[in-house]
Amino acid sequence: MTSHDGYGERWFDDEAGPVVRPYAVTKGRTLPNGGASLGLIDVVATTGERPSEHFRPGPEHRRILGVCRRPTPIVDLTSEIDLPLGVVRVLLGDLLGEGMLRIISAQRQQVPDERLLRMVLDGLESL
Amino acid sequence: MDLNHFDGAADEAGVPSTAKILIAGGFGVGKTTLVGTISEIRPLRTEEPLSDRSVGVDDTQGLSAKATTTVAMDFGRISFQSQLVLYLFGTPGQERFWFMWDDLAVGAIGAVIMADTRRIADCFASIDYFERSGAPFIIAVNCFDGAPRFEQEDIRIALTLSPEVPIVMCDARNRDSVKKVLISLVRYVMNNRSRASQAALG
Repeated sequence: MTSHDGYGERWFDDEAGPVVRPYAVTKGRTLPNGGASLGLIDVVATTGERPSEHFRPGPEHRRILGVCRRPTPIVDLTSEIDLPLGVVRVLLGDLLGEGMLRIISAQRQQVPDERLLRMVLDGLESL
Repeated sequence: MDLNHFDGAADEAGVPSTAKILIAGGFGVGKTTLVGTISEIRPLRTEEPLSDRSVGVDDTQGLSAKATTTVAMDFGRISFQSQLVLYLFGTPGQERFWFMWDDLAVGAIGAVIMADTRRIADCFASIDYFERSGAPFIIAVNCFDGAPRFEQEDIRIALTLSPEVPIVMCDARNRDSVKKVLISLVRYVMNNRSRASQAALG
């Protein structure tokens, strides 16, 4: 290893991935607060609400809020901010708990409804 | 703290409708090829539970009983003009990823189980899974160059499929072929639905 002062020559590069372990950003929590059930294709969006006094959004919370100014499916959000799905779910739980985000659930049922199936069929046929 | 940047609720008009289809089948059967043929591929990082063997190597004591390690997977995304986004998730072939299937399966339209006639047994596990879960599925036989061709009914017997499950021949590299596969699944699910509601009425 080359000698360095800790700031000059970095021994890792972009390909090394994050230097912080994924669950460090959730302070070790692996399950969302409030037990919110967050489906991969559920859509989340900002509410415009301010958080309570004691809540200090971290940089990752802020990134999520930034993306969700446009209603965004959780799977796209996770891909875009490049954190593991479980980590994103924990962070989303924080923001939902603070009322800063809300889930616009794509599907309230376990299975898609007739209208959605028809939309998918029409979409595929038009490809 | 300045949160002004986040002021304002998201625009309700921009809410996309979302749906998903699972692409299952054995390792190397062409799931990734099929997804890539018809959709835009995006990366997704997720977690898998650490096996008993690796506990003790990674010191996870005091964090959580549910220790995980990060794995990468891909998914496909097709966005339509009607603000509809269809996601295609390839279910991971290896057994150690089965924990993810339930997460992927919730709310799905159904599954396309891909089969390769040279290694027909590779899709048994997927068929078992979807038969048990009750999720609708169809079989797409990926016709590899040089692979033996069989009649649909021979494949049905080999897979011990019930007579109503559609079997379609496909080429995972061909966009029209993949489109037909997905349409077959959606039609099958819609027909099942209307049969079920008619039965309920009768």
